[in-house]
Amino acid sequence: MLEIKNLHAEINGKEILKGINLTVKEGETHAIMGPNGSGKSTLSSVLVGDPKFKVTQGTITYNGKNLLELEPEDRSREGIFLSFQYPVEIPGVSMVNFMRAAVNAHREYNGEQPVSATDFLRLTRQKRKLLELDGKLASRSVNEGFSGGEKKRNEIFQMAMLEPKLAILDETDSGLDIDALRIVANGVNKLKTPQNAAIVITHYQRLLDYIKPDIVHVLYNGQIVKTDGPELAQLLEKNGYDWIKSEFK
Amino acid sequence: MEEEKNNIIQEVTGNEYKYGFETKIDTFTFAKGLSENTVRLISEKKKEPSWLLDFRLKAFRTWEKMEMPNWAHLHIPEIDYQDIIYYAEPKQQIAEGSQDIDPELEKTFDKLGIPLNERGALAGGMAVDAVMDSVSVRTTFKDTLASKGIIFCSFSEAVQHHPDLIRKHMGSIVSYKDNYFAALNSAVFSDGSFVYIPKGTRCPMELSTYFRINAANTGQFERTLIVAEDDSYVSYLEGCTAPQRSENQLHAAIVEISLAERAEVKYSTVQNWYPGDKNGKGGIYNFVTKRALCAGEGSKISWTQVETGSAITWKYPSCILKGDNSVGEFYSVAVTNNYQQADTGTKMIHIGKNTSSTIVSKGISAGHSENSYRGLVKVAPNASGVRNHSQCDSLLLSTTCGAHTFPYNDIRNETAIVEHEATTSKISEDQLFYCQQRGISVEEAIGLIVNGYAREVTKKLPMEFAVEAQRLLAVSLEGSVG
Repeated sequence: MLEIKNLHAEINGKEILKGINLTVKEGETHAIMGPNGSGKSTLSSVLVGDPKFKVTQGTITYNGKNLLELEPEDRSREGIFLSFQYPVEIPGVSMVNFMRAAVNAHREYNGEQPVSATDFLRLTRQKRKLLELDGKLASRSVNEGFSGGEKKRNEIFQMAMLEPKLAILDETDSGLDIDALRIVANGVNKLKTPQNAAIVITHYQRLLDYIKPDIVHVLYNGQIVKTDGPELAQLLEKNGYDWIKSEFK
Repeated sequence: MEEEKNNIIQEVTGNEYKYGFETKIDTFTFAKGLSENTVRLISEKKKEPSWLLDFRLKAFRTWEKMEMPNWAHLHIPEIDYQDIIYYAEPKQQIAEGSQDIDPELEKTFDKLGIPLNERGALAGGMAVDAVMDSVSVRTTFKDTLASKGIIFCSFSEAVQHHPDLIRKHMGSIVSYKDNYFAALNSAVFSDGSFVYIPKGTRCPMELSTYFRINAANTGQFERTLIVAEDDSYVSYLEGCTAPQRSENQLHAAIVEISLAERAEVKYSTVQNWYPGDKNGKGGIYNFVTKRALCAGEGSKISWTQVETGSAITWKYPSCILKGDNSVGEFYSVAVTNNYQQADTGTKMIHIGKNTSSTIVSKGISAGHSENSYRGLVKVAPNASGVRNHSQCDSLLLSTTCGAHTFPYNDIRNETAIVEHEATTSKISEDQLFYCQQRGISVEEAIGLIVNGYAREVTKKLPMEFAVEAQRLLAVSLEGSVG
């Protein structure tokens, strides 16, 4: 599904990613862990085409397409979803309008008619339950005045609405209490199918207790320095990142 | 990236003005030019009583001695008042006295989305007075409304059938001496709407006037008068469009609203006069005096305006809060793009005790446009317990536009609580990217964000208008980020 080769990327002339190689197949869940500043969020930003970052070298192939040539909105319409670490507030724009614009943009891209109001509301209600969000959500402005936990649940709600092929969860666990974490993780798990894939970026093992990864990578200083099964996450939890830092200095 | 964005701005702001078509209809017009004789001819054409002609002539003589105001933050090219036609009347191809409407006119208003046929009206009903150039061509639901004692008709008709009401109220709120354009309007006004809501009556449907300029080289000078008696309520809407032409056209209107005790009037405007092309050629010059007098205790006037059109907008819907406990509200979104200029705002004149006012102004500027908020909050010495809250926000969508705020406070009573907040912002890259990541294109994202920004105002509009306003905001601006 996704193949990243020798990816280099920079922000304001400073190189952050220094040759990433990563392959994600259908049905897989990958965890990317690593200490602060290692480039985890940069990787997710580059995958979704955030214009703040510049790719200087390497290739990303997604379902046979050159991902780097696609506009951010087309990457979304092709099924790549990012759950933002810091979801953005858009005052005055209701969630329902925002989501309808998004869902219809996806539908138009796939040559489908816009969703009818009734179908849309039904879909919203159904997906909302998954995240234990109440009906007031629809009329509230996008992320405005949401608590940290609500913002993250709202991200996964949007993911549920858009049913992506590749979901990238960027530090979705940060700022969540244990109940919210359970709800979010539960939502993500329910959305998992053998046809889609997920990349879970996290600093801690905690989230991985709920979302079980197939493969765990350690990102350090802009490179993936270790790849292994779920036991790697436990090792990191126990020993911290210092042993990695010393090993790869 | 920057260049790409500019391209999007260009592309989107180059959008065709949807209402720029012209109706081919035989039109009777006066010769160009303005003199005492023009004024007499208009009055004669309308078979007006002599007191009204006298009113016009006094106004004309006053206007002749006045100078064009130049205090606004506007660059107004010299207007040749002798090069304008002051009266244009579409000739309807129907039998004299018939209730029918010329099919060509009906088609025109259909195209504008204005049903002139009562059967075609929206559920819930909206009564329409349709004004083309200098005359009202149709007023719907007159009979339904009359059964409740409500008068809704063209101004000319009101002069004939309700002369006492017109004589009592016309010019009582906006005097013909008030300002240059008010004097001009008072001399040459041609048509408009008259609304009378009797005591204790709640108007059962929205009333609206749709102003259409069609004839070339013609100015439109309409007057609207709304009289709301004790304990009455009405929601009134005003819409405007004009054909796309390379010459400028003048529109100078007066709106007067009189509110008795506990009367409530909501006046909503979606102003979409032709704004000129992307190089600033053509477009309507819109010089309007709108004022409401809350004469009665506990009365309430609410102005909501969405201004997207006109090459130049000069307009300050105002509230004179004379009755104790009366309330004035002003909610405004003014959008300027390309080379449009707007100087708009309000005046809240607190005379009665415990009067309160709210001002919410959202300026959205793009291209090379200039957008100013100008507002006065005045509290008279005897007006104790006054409250005002003003909020003036500017959203800038390019680096070449200008946004200005000119708030004036004149507070003569120390018990007044007057608050003013102002913000200036841009659409953030983060907001745009967030939308894009959800599959929403940049253009659509800007439409969404701008509508969100203006929502505090547009949500005050009646449903049918709100939808139109949202579409207009998106069309006139989507994609404009600098």
